[in-house]
Amino acid sequence: MSEDKKTLLELYRTMVTIRQFESMAAEYFAAGEIPGFIHLSIGQEASSAGVCSVLRKDDYLTTTHRGHGHMIAKGADLNKMVAELFGKKTGYCKGKGGSMHIADFSLGILGANGVVAGGLPIITGAGLSIKLRKTDQVAVCFFGDGASNRGPVHEAMNMASIWKLPVIFVVENNCYASTTPTDYSCSVKDLHKRAAAYDMPGVMVDGNDVLAVRRAAAEAVERARAGEGPTFLENKTYRIRGHFEGDPQKYRDDAEVQQWLDNHDPLMRFEKELTRRKALGKKLKQQIWDEVKAELEAAVAFAEKSPYPEPQEALEDLYANPF
Amino acid sequence: MSDERILSASAALAEALHEEMSRDESIFILGEDLTAHAGIFGQFKGIPEKFPGRIIDTPISESCIAGCGVGSALTGMRPIVDFHFSDFVTCGMDEFCNQAAKIRYMFGGQVKLPMVVWCPDGAGLRAAAQHSQSLESWFVHTPGLKVVVPSEPADVKGLIKSSIRDDDPVMFFQHKRLFAKEGPVPEDPEFMIPLGRAAVKREGEDVSLLTYGSGYFLCMEAAEELGKLGISAEVVDLRSLKPLDMETVAQSVKKTYRAVVVHEACITGGFGAELAARIQDELFDYLDAPVKRVGAKDVPIPFSPVLEDFVLPSVADVVEAARAVTYR
Repeated sequence: MSEDKKTLLELYRTMVTIRQFESMAAEYFAAGEIPGFIHLSIGQEASSAGVCSVLRKDDYLTTTHRGHGHMIAKGADLNKMVAELFGKKTGYCKGKGGSMHIADFSLGILGANGVVAGGLPIITGAGLSIKLRKTDQVAVCFFGDGASNRGPVHEAMNMASIWKLPVIFVVENNCYASTTPTDYSCSVKDLHKRAAAYDMPGVMVDGNDVLAVRRAAAEAVERARAGEGPTFLENKTYRIRGHFEGDPQKYRDDAEVQQWLDNHDPLMRFEKELTRRKALGKKLKQQIWDEVKAELEAAVAFAEKSPYPEPQEALEDLYANPF
Repeated sequence: MSDERILSASAALAEALHEEMSRDESIFILGEDLTAHAGIFGQFKGIPEKFPGRIIDTPISESCIAGCGVGSALTGMRPIVDFHFSDFVTCGMDEFCNQAAKIRYMFGGQVKLPMVVWCPDGAGLRAAAQHSQSLESWFVHTPGLKVVVPSEPADVKGLIKSSIRDDDPVMFFQHKRLFAKEGPVPEDPEFMIPLGRAAVKREGEDVSLLTYGSGYFLCMEAAEELGKLGISAEVVDLRSLKPLDMETVAQSVKKTYRAVVVHEACITGGFGAELAARIQDELFDYLDAPVKRVGAKDVPIPFSPVLEDFVLPSVADVVEAARAVTYR
């Protein structure tokens, strides 16, 4: 699989958007504009961008509490995302969901989830729905190394396998589940090895190499569309920020984090590759960063100008058939 | 009424499913052990043959069975999730209560989630603690779900059709001991009972027996006994707990001034507690006695018949409660 310049730059732009979005969120959270909690995916941009770059608009996706990157990579509207984080009425969920519960059904995003591994049974259902409706859509779920130890993961992988559902399980092994290292909690260090137990291909991917992620995802998507069943991808990556913004991070060294940032930053690595391919010069890079910055500033302005919902709106949207 | 045909509850259910599945291709059924014997109570008789591919046996994976209901309901299907025994809802609680109940709301009304979770429930079969429960009040306490508990075959048919056509997640509890029970069922294939519509099934003047599910049959027997004592009992079958037809309840209590709530679920935190609270709140001036509740004793359902029979509410318990509130 080779990528043309347009595709390469789209990938890069997506990653830049995620990086800047998450940085912006950290800043505005620290300033008190974002209530609650946020969980940022800085350092994991290649996993989101690479996988989503081979999906169609009508393919389904579920994500996690750390879902901003997946949403952006699937094409989410930045204005509505920022407004939702700020709790405004113009947000994706009219302020009812917040960071962990954003969804955009027009893009096949069946939701972020505040329950770890909560998306897997749901995406299996989406896969079943695809099979029953006989379309060639695929259904992708992102989850973490921590989630991979939950029971519903076992159930979902088994079910997707026996029915050959068009599901792609993407575990983003970022080395930590909150404060708990993967080395401690997982009985196998390489999570993709678990796939064999479900008669499913398990692929280990350098999750910080966006082209490697893209290629692995493309193969998995092709299999799924062809009715050959599910695939399990392990995108090995690293979580640069804390589990949540404000995390004291006593469970790891600053040196370890810095090492990943200095040597394995997915943006830095892709910039090197793009430069090698003569696809990204200094000027173009600056242009992309400036354009993305402007988009985000506009999104923040939109969110800041937007009204909060009326308190009574808390009682709306509970039932499709209210009584 | 005189020419109405008589069907068992399970035949009424099967008929409703045939009608709905013929009408709407997006309806399908999934759960454990559905096709070999057409369900553990034969409730899916004829469906595997008539609708191949639309009734699906699953592995024993309750979280994922429930999750498949959620995911398929979000992507264009109308699943009926058979949960085998209501006791196993505990294995799908995240999917029912954190996902299905909350998805429409959390996402600001972007989607509907038309899923029916069909659960055989109830005790009296000596199946013991983990196969005998009545858990409807857990789901009444979960905003975002609807809760339906039919009693007679006509209610089963009318309510399952409404539940299937409803665009929200519905927890539908049907008592195991009542599957073979027969009753009149209207022939009209469009016969449906709206959710949130109770039925006064026996009129009376002296006390309102407010009930649902298997409790209905206790109340009807008790009403006969009470009649012999000169106490005229009105029996209100609630049929759906959420939405609840409080207006019919109110009309009844405004007439009789006395209320007893009867259910098979255990007393503490049962639906009776909720209804009693609402009655004393909204109808206090009409009450001539406290609201009493009849339910199972607060223990897990025991195995030995003598123990189970002691724990479950009886006709005598209903009579005693009615006599207490009528001071007779």
